[in-house]
Amino acid sequence: MTPLTEQDLAEAIAMSSGPLSIQGGGTRPIGKPVTGTLLETKGLDGITLYEPGSLTLVVQSGTPVTKVEEALAAEGQRLAFEPMDHRVLLGTTGEPTMGGIAAANVSGPRRIQVGAARDFMLGVRFVDGMGNIVKNGGRVMKNVTGYDLVKLMAGSYGTLGVLSEVSFKVLPVAERQLTLTLHGQNTKEAVASISKAMGSPFEVTGAAHLGGTTHLRIEGTEASTAYRCERLVSLLSGEIVVNQDQSAQTELWRGIRNVQPLAGFDTVWRVSMTPSRAPDFLEMLQREHEIEVLMDWAGGLLWIGSKADPQPLHEKLQREIYNYGGGHVTLVKAALKDRTRLSVFQPEPRAIAALTNGLRARFDPKGILNPGLMS
Amino acid sequence: MEMPIPDEGIIARKERIVQRLQSVIPHDAVIHDPAETRAYECDALTAYRCPPLCAVLPSTTEEVAAVLRVCFEERVPVVPRGSGTSLAGGALPTADAVILGVSRLNQVIETNYDDRYIRVQTGRTNLSVTGAVEADGFFYAPDPSSQLACAIAGNIGMNSGGAHCLKYGVTTNNLMGVRMVTMEGEILDIGGTYVDAGGMDLLGVICGSEGQLGVVTEATLRILPKPEGALPVLIGYDSNEVAGECVSDIIKSGILPVAIEFMDRPCIEATEAFAKAGYPMCEALLIIEVEGSPAEIREQLDKIKAIALRHNPVEFREARDADQAARIWLGRKSAFGAMGQINDYMCLDGTIPVSELPYVLRRIGEMSKEYGLGVGNVFHAGDGNMHPLILYNANKPGDLEKCEAFGADILRLCVEVGGCLTGEHGVGIEKRDLMTAQFAEADLEAQMAVKDVFDPRWLLNPAKVFPLASSEQRRIAAE
Repeated sequence: MTPLTEQDLAEAIAMSSGPLSIQGGGTRPIGKPVTGTLLETKGLDGITLYEPGSLTLVVQSGTPVTKVEEALAAEGQRLAFEPMDHRVLLGTTGEPTMGGIAAANVSGPRRIQVGAARDFMLGVRFVDGMGNIVKNGGRVMKNVTGYDLVKLMAGSYGTLGVLSEVSFKVLPVAERQLTLTLHGQNTKEAVASISKAMGSPFEVTGAAHLGGTTHLRIEGTEASTAYRCERLVSLLSGEIVVNQDQSAQTELWRGIRNVQPLAGFDTVWRVSMTPSRAPDFLEMLQREHEIEVLMDWAGGLLWIGSKADPQPLHEKLQREIYNYGGGHVTLVKAALKDRTRLSVFQPEPRAIAALTNGLRARFDPKGILNPGLMS
Repeated sequence: MEMPIPDEGIIARKERIVQRLQSVIPHDAVIHDPAETRAYECDALTAYRCPPLCAVLPSTTEEVAAVLRVCFEERVPVVPRGSGTSLAGGALPTADAVILGVSRLNQVIETNYDDRYIRVQTGRTNLSVTGAVEADGFFYAPDPSSQLACAIAGNIGMNSGGAHCLKYGVTTNNLMGVRMVTMEGEILDIGGTYVDAGGMDLLGVICGSEGQLGVVTEATLRILPKPEGALPVLIGYDSNEVAGECVSDIIKSGILPVAIEFMDRPCIEATEAFAKAGYPMCEALLIIEVEGSPAEIREQLDKIKAIALRHNPVEFREARDADQAARIWLGRKSAFGAMGQINDYMCLDGTIPVSELPYVLRRIGEMSKEYGLGVGNVFHAGDGNMHPLILYNANKPGDLEKCEAFGADILRLCVEVGGCLTGEHGVGIEKRDLMTAQFAEADLEAQMAVKDVFDPRWLLNPAKVFPLASSEQRRIAAE
């Protein structure tokens, strides 16, 4: 089914009795596989409102991300949370949609400075599992009127409702970026350097580490980036290479954003944890497992690639995270049989599961919206 | 303001309930003498008052859990209270309710500069969170104007903002985790010292739920390194429209100030009479603050100046040092007090799309004449969060009612132009009955469904947020 209006979407869901597999552009097949009638949002396509002077954008959920990025670029603005494009890592095709970004709460390297997709979502319209059209939030930047269901929808992967429209806050594109690179660092040294930089007032907008190399990005005006770069160089010890090439840096950060270095791995996990605990966590894993790691978000986000049978490592990751300050582990990329047999999302403690299951039962009493996807 | 009729059965059982509460927390933490419960009869929305059945002041999360278990078993409504600074009546009790104050939960549990967070008990005041880390060069960003007194618990309940949220966001954008006790007395940890929820974003819906989903006893807050410096400029215009255009042009130019504050003529006049900040007498006044190193500040201010001058300001005043900066902020910071000198006032909190600013200010001016009540506007212009202050005389019969009707009309206007009823104060009881202006039945049903899941008996702060008529069936069914 490919409804063309919100009303059609509502009717389609109201009439459905069996499971629905909800899809934007189909570029992010994350979660347990869902067998059900395909319900696509790509028919809901269009920018409803864009006011550059108010930094606000309202789009229908099926609107391709590229269309939005072009419109924003024409006004010197952008989606500042830098949403990852999963096609490179997952080998998928199709067009990522704005609704997909919202439903999966997809962010990128700049998340550490400006926030995640959920922090930029100002409002939603969605259809719940009974076919009711619900709106929450709006298109203004400060809004505490009633409960924040916008956040609840962000990252709920369509299991509470199918998004029809989303409002976003947008921000100006920075005039220039500079990337400071430190070579020959282990993860402990990397996190220490990054932590020092993040604790300075120089507003690092990207902090990643891969294969012994640490990258720190700053953005702003010509004068400001030059100043901040100089201050950071004197703050951090060791040899630092400063990359001034704008397009080369764009490529570098796009690669980090899209987790390109791990594209060749069959199994890839996403681990969200306390940055300073990451080096010990990785050391523990590397004692027994051969893994490749991309560290983003100042050490708070680990992408882990493996070519071995995923089950032993998967279970260890989801178990051991509790011994390293807590967090969560998601099996983002794996063979279908592994996604089916393993818990893709971090299992929730009993009391939390009671709440999330309770919410699903209320928003989708028929149990038809991507059932089981988040288990 | 209509409140639910108190349950006589509960009031009759007061002695037993007090005894049960005293059996789980120290005697001095249960306040039940009518002379003392009066201290909890209202919050900063002082027009409405009602002493609670009793008040409890637990000192630990376990005590909070024990209190809630008793109240759950006794089916007694519980009204959580931070410091009682709510302007929306968020902590207003009913005669059959227990006030659960978190003021004794005021410890810093952990500060971590490597990972840039602080864990605190939620009775701690907003400003004292920054106080705990500023010697080390950090701060906690949300800065509601009541920050000297307001508690983190209330900030989380109302998802509080402040003057600097244009750059740093509001509470929800700076909250990493909570320890929360459910009405049934179960202790939950949601989120933690890492960013983003793993599964569903429960933290996101807890923040801003006005104490209706659980009692938050501990919070993990993001802290940020202090900027090197900050300076404001003051710009005066002879019309609201032009000031609005200037704001829009600055935002479009790619500069992101940390604050853009707006005051209109009635507010400037009142402020001058009171604080004598030396503001120019004009129709609209902007205070714009930028941050960075001295050179970075200079660069941004030069750009702002170029834009501002294109719109022919009647005044453009730069702060050269901290002293001059304080002078520029003086009037803005005393604006509420100044208005209070003239009259009683009611402070509204709607948000509008920035583009609608001139139209909304014009309409408010027209309505002010129709109602015969003065109004001053002081607000966060960068994000469209308005704070119209309606002046009235509390001693004049009928004036409060007229003021409320005027306020409701302004808030409906905010919704009509694409905005909302409240940007940072919360719904409480104040805007409860206006919710239907912004939300359809299905919208409210979806929100109430969340409460059904967290608090099936509807015992936590039950008479807030939702119109009484909308929540009535649920409150009755749960009894």
